[in-house]
Amino acid sequence: MDAAALVLSLKLAAATTAVLLAVGVPIAAWLAFTRRRFAFAVEAVVALPLVLPPTVLGFYILVALGPRSPLGRLLEGMTGSRLVFTFEGLLVASVLYSLPFAVQPFASAFASVEPRLLEASWCLGASRLRTFLRVVLPLSRRGLVTGAVLAFAHTLGEFGVVLMVGGNIPGLTRTASIAIYDDVQALDYARAGTTSLVLLAVSFAVLLLTYALRRDVRLAVRWK
Amino acid sequence: MLRAALLLAFVSLEAAAPAAPRVRVAAAADLKFALDEVATKFREEQPGVDLSITYGSSGNFYAQIRSGAPFDVFLSADVEYAQRLAEEGLTLSPPFRYAVGRLALCVPATSALSPARDGLSLLRSPAVRKVAIANPRHAPYGRAAEEALRSAGLLEAVRARLVLGENVAQAAQFVEAGTADAALIALSLAVSAPMKAATRCEVVPAKLHAPLAQGGVILKGAADQKAAAALRDLLLGAEGRAILSHFGFSAPAP
Repeated sequence: MDAAALVLSLKLAAATTAVLLAVGVPIAAWLAFTRRRFAFAVEAVVALPLVLPPTVLGFYILVALGPRSPLGRLLEGMTGSRLVFTFEGLLVASVLYSLPFAVQPFASAFASVEPRLLEASWCLGASRLRTFLRVVLPLSRRGLVTGAVLAFAHTLGEFGVVLMVGGNIPGLTRTASIAIYDDVQALDYARAGTTSLVLLAVSFAVLLLTYALRRDVRLAVRWK
Repeated sequence: MLRAALLLAFVSLEAAAPAAPRVRVAAAADLKFALDEVATKFREEQPGVDLSITYGSSGNFYAQIRSGAPFDVFLSADVEYAQRLAEEGLTLSPPFRYAVGRLALCVPATSALSPARDGLSLLRSPAVRKVAIANPRHAPYGRAAEEALRSAGLLEAVRARLVLGENVAQAAQFVEAGTADAALIALSLAVSAPMKAATRCEVVPAKLHAPLAQGGVILKGAADQKAAAALRDLLLGAEGRAILSHFGFSAPAP
């Protein structure tokens, strides 16, 4: 088993989930409550990673963050290091790649909050922000958990993007899925097998948790 | 479900069509540009034969072929993989040696470093933050690159800065795009037009690594053995040799 690669994958998944909670909640809130005509276009952009091949995303990231692009040069000038072949680079890629998996459940949870509760809150003098924090967010916790868990699981399974922009550096960009690919090519089926099994178990556990929450079984009840 | 149905439909369509002579080649990534030229020649000479080439890492192809991948010819960057397939009884005959590969050190054209002047020792420069090589676990050029670095006494100094391409062509792409500051790749890729435009390269002394004896085999399941043999003969003949040597390959020892 490639423990270092598994740890790296879990770290990447956790970091991606954290970033997506911070970035995804505002985007989802805007999508859920906006009356702008062009909201559908933003929705389509957010959903793009669902249908784009990872290679397309990988290719754009490679070009955009590389030293030939203005963005790549700007970032390199600011941070002194290049994003490609680093953990941070993978994090950027994973956040983009898993964006819809977080934002869509968030947005649908926000949108399904009873409008009368929002109106009641406003009538009682709460600001829009306070209403969002005190009414919408608590009522959407199941959607938040679903989105976070899906983003986490999706990042664990990421392969194509990492293959293109990672550079396979042990402990830095060699994630579990890449390590498995390597082991298979080096004909080390035993090691590929154990790493695969652990990844399978973790992914299954994560999904079990999600669907259990969705069905509102014990776990969720206890949280109320 | 739908996908499975479509796949079935395609498979049965293919089975129903009259069998045109076909050669499917699995070729080491270092052959990318050279074999494309050989293929052009082959298509001129054998217009009736449907030739398709897949490029990748030799170790990967070896594993795929053992698992039944439907290739007719396998051109490995390392005769060892071809030899193992022969020993496992998966080939029609023992491997043929078609070329000896060389390594090249490349830097982006915009780099201030000079491979021609400094050779491998330029890798000591702090300006070299990432060095791309093919993955030594399954790519022969990756192993040769590692060996050359070790012989030059640079491996430990460079190890933390290595990035691994899935095959040697990906390592070349990393330096071509400038995302890596240097790369040890196949000379055959270094002399190709796109690489010449974007990088400056220098051949690595052959004494720094074991020769990259490249070997190929015609596989037992070959759909059309005559067409596959024609491709092998073209590659080993004068025309094939000329193309291979143009791309920096040496002729194999007789």
